Amino acid sequence: MYAYDTLDRTFVAQRTAQFREQVRRRLANELSEDEFKPLRLRNGLYLQLHAYMLRVAIPYGLVSADQLRALARIARRYDRGYGHFTTRQNIQFNWISLKDAPDILNDLAAVEMHAVQTSGNCIRNITTDQFAGVAADEIEDPRPWAEIIRQWSTNHPEFSFLPRKFKVAVTGSASDRSAMRVHDIGVRLVRGIDGAIGFEIWVGGGLGRTPMIAQLLRGFLPKEHLLGYLEAVLRVYNVEGRRDNLYKSRIKILVSTLGIERFRDLVEAEWTLTSGPGLRLETAGIARMQSHFRAPPYADMPGRSREFEAKRLEDSAFARWAKANLFPHKQPGYAAVTISLKPIGGVPGDLTAAQMDAVASLADAYSLGEIRVTHRQNLVLAHVPQDRLHDLWRALDALDLATPNLSRATDIIACPGMDYCGLATARSIPVAQRLSERLAALDEQYDLDQLSINISGCVNSCSHHHVGHIGILGLEKGGAESYQVTLGGSSAEDAAVGRIIGPGFGAEDVVDAVETILITYLGQREDSERFLDTVRRVGQDPFRRALYKQP
Amino acid sequence: MPRRVITANRLIDGVVVWRDAAGRWREEIDRAAASDDDKTVARLLSGARTDEAAGVVIGPYEVEVEVEQNTASRRFLPTHLRERIRAGGPTVALH
Amino acid sequence: MQIIRLIEGQPATDIDVWTRIDDGEPLPEYAPTMVSLARWRSGRNDLVRRNVAVGVRLASHETLEGLAGDLERLDLIALDFPNLNDGRHFTTARLLRERHGYRGEIRATGQVLRDQLFAMARCGFDSFDLQAHQSAESAREAFSEISVVFQPAADGRTAAHAIRTGGAGAHFSAS
Repeated sequence: MYAYDTLDRTFVAQRTAQFREQVRRRLANELSEDEFKPLRLRNGLYLQLHAYMLRVAIPYGLVSADQLRALARIARRYDRGYGHFTTRQNIQFNWISLKDAPDILNDLAAVEMHAVQTSGNCIRNITTDQFAGVAADEIEDPRPWAEIIRQWSTNHPEFSFLPRKFKVAVTGSASDRSAMRVHDIGVRLVRGIDGAIGFEIWVGGGLGRTPMIAQLLRGFLPKEHLLGYLEAVLRVYNVEGRRDNLYKSRIKILVSTLGIERFRDLVEAEWTLTSGPGLRLETAGIARMQSHFRAPPYADMPGRSREFEAKRLEDSAFARWAKANLFPHKQPGYAAVTISLKPIGGVPGDLTAAQMDAVASLADAYSLGEIRVTHRQNLVLAHVPQDRLHDLWRALDALDLATPNLSRATDIIACPGMDYCGLATARSIPVAQRLSERLAALDEQYDLDQLSINISGCVNSCSHHHVGHIGILGLEKGGAESYQVTLGGSSAEDAAVGRIIGPGFGAEDVVDAVETILITYLGQREDSERFLDTVRRVGQDPFRRALYKQP
Repeated sequence: MPRRVITANRLIDGVVVWRDAAGRWREEIDRAAASDDDKTVARLLSGARTDEAAGVVIGPYEVEVEVEQNTASRRFLPTHLRERIRAGGPTVALH
Repeated sequence: MQIIRLIEGQPATDIDVWTRIDDGEPLPEYAPTMVSLARWRSGRNDLVRRNVAVGVRLASHETLEGLAGDLERLDLIALDFPNLNDGRHFTTARLLRERHGYRGEIRATGQVLRDQLFAMARCGFDSFDLQAHQSAESAREAFSEISVVFQPAADGRTAAHAIRTGGAGAHFSAS
């Protein structure tokens, strides 16, 4: 993983000192809230319903065991003993005091972490595939590129006051686990016609009030031009993006208003003029960055572990977990393990300080001291020898972290909703909890895998409900919570925005509605067809009839 | 007019506070000053805005409440769910 | 009126010598004169003929389009920030310095806040019409809070990646 050098350490220390001084000036009332708000936001600090919330950056979701222990200490010392992992691979603490925030940033800096640009109208945390570096289908490890983009975007003087927030995802595989096409910019490593590796650049994806899937901006960009090209895109956006209407200020609106061809012309023209030597990436610099992400020292092992196969046969609970929560590793004899943060009836994405410490120890013991956060709000131990999977599973089970439900009906993505969030119009977590309890049995009986249910508590779509196979959006209607349901969304390589099925459901009825949708699917599915494919094949009518009791 | 109280978040820690009759900010909604009189509410809010300008609280506003009165106590229950959650905390277990 | 000025990269408090002339107003005879883009376009010949320093101020939605050929006649370009969220002129300033090679004064006016000064300086601004309620002393410190930068901009500082690979201008080495 990336290790700080003197420059990084100096920057984070200076940035922390700068924020400490800004907090001091705010508390002394030398800064008004209007002046202070953009400053605290770009340091990850929101004011929510009950307290300040601090969003800590986990660049491309990669965190060391020591860093996770530091997060646990922060949860205990400054919060109420837990944290919440987000769909952008970050972690949030819900009960933060403004006066403590500089000390927390200090504690983070001590373990090479920060909260820089986790909010505000700037370039946010760069996200990627949680299986980066271990996936067999990868063209190249996307993490060095994510780190190169992260550094370039850090405190970027020209792009610190953009029309709106700006999110970049990078993926190195054909199958997209980074939701690249719902980002402002998606970067995908591809092999060009002459065999050289470069990038596809996608632009204008985003969710919120007006969901859009990103369009292809450039089919092949040579590696050395990545930053120059991104700078051109951002510059066009900074100048041309709308600033008069919050809901029309994302780059997706600019791209769709101009049309992709016109937008491309502007970017290419700008790029021709900006592509000076300053941003061109030298081979030595790329190699230097890649050296931070070199494959760890794996042991030589056979591709199939007899120990693992034997345990699978003798222990059905382990077999079930192994079937759901393992991902094939490119190194023979290893597996990538997903730790579900979706216990049945639990709060999606939450982890207690005690669990953080325990996961950190397990990462040390089983997975080279490294943990990844997924955009589905789960954790990954990416380098586990198959011989040791059963031991790891038993340890996880003891921590209530072995729910065998990855990408299944109960692997629900949910934002904090109105229980915590100042923007929310309805609650998300209680709906997720009740759904999880209801669907657990149905899943066990009918094998509801490859299913994504996403619940957002407002149109800002933090849980990506538009691209959930089943999306649920909580709104307020006549003083009561009302939940609008969409079907057919996807955030993967077959990205699509779901369609609203019909009138919304009350808080009590929405769980029944989702169950009805799944029962209808079970009646319609052919063989082991996944939910999304059934919806795409049969359309919305069968579901609508079942939900609204139409003939 | 419905009864209203004044709320805000405290600057230093973001905690939800409610304005009492003496102009102090209290963490318990039941200690808030409530009124159904527009002028009284406007006066409470104006005091709150002074505190906002002084950097004591952030974003004060009015909240509609129902009053549960019995001989022993008086309790306020906000009309809107969002404010009930602000007054009482999350509706889900915190772990 | 006082402004903050960067002289050889160092911030100092300075007296503002510029007179800001609104569109209907007559031109002063001697004082350096700052006009709107519209006034510059309509009264360009009069303004140039006076042999007095001229500056043009651009509103936040105005760009350099049509102005590039005139830059050498302008001693000052004032870029206006109507609110603290409108960052368009960060780009304008960089274009002036890096694309058009503009060497005159670039001034930030309007909602100019102490905590934006560093980014403004990096983009090529060298004078700052600070909001009245802000401390000039504190503002001067804003330029030196951060010493590490991660991208090239108009100020010529060497970005971290160039320092690491021994690029031009590296003045200290990374570990």
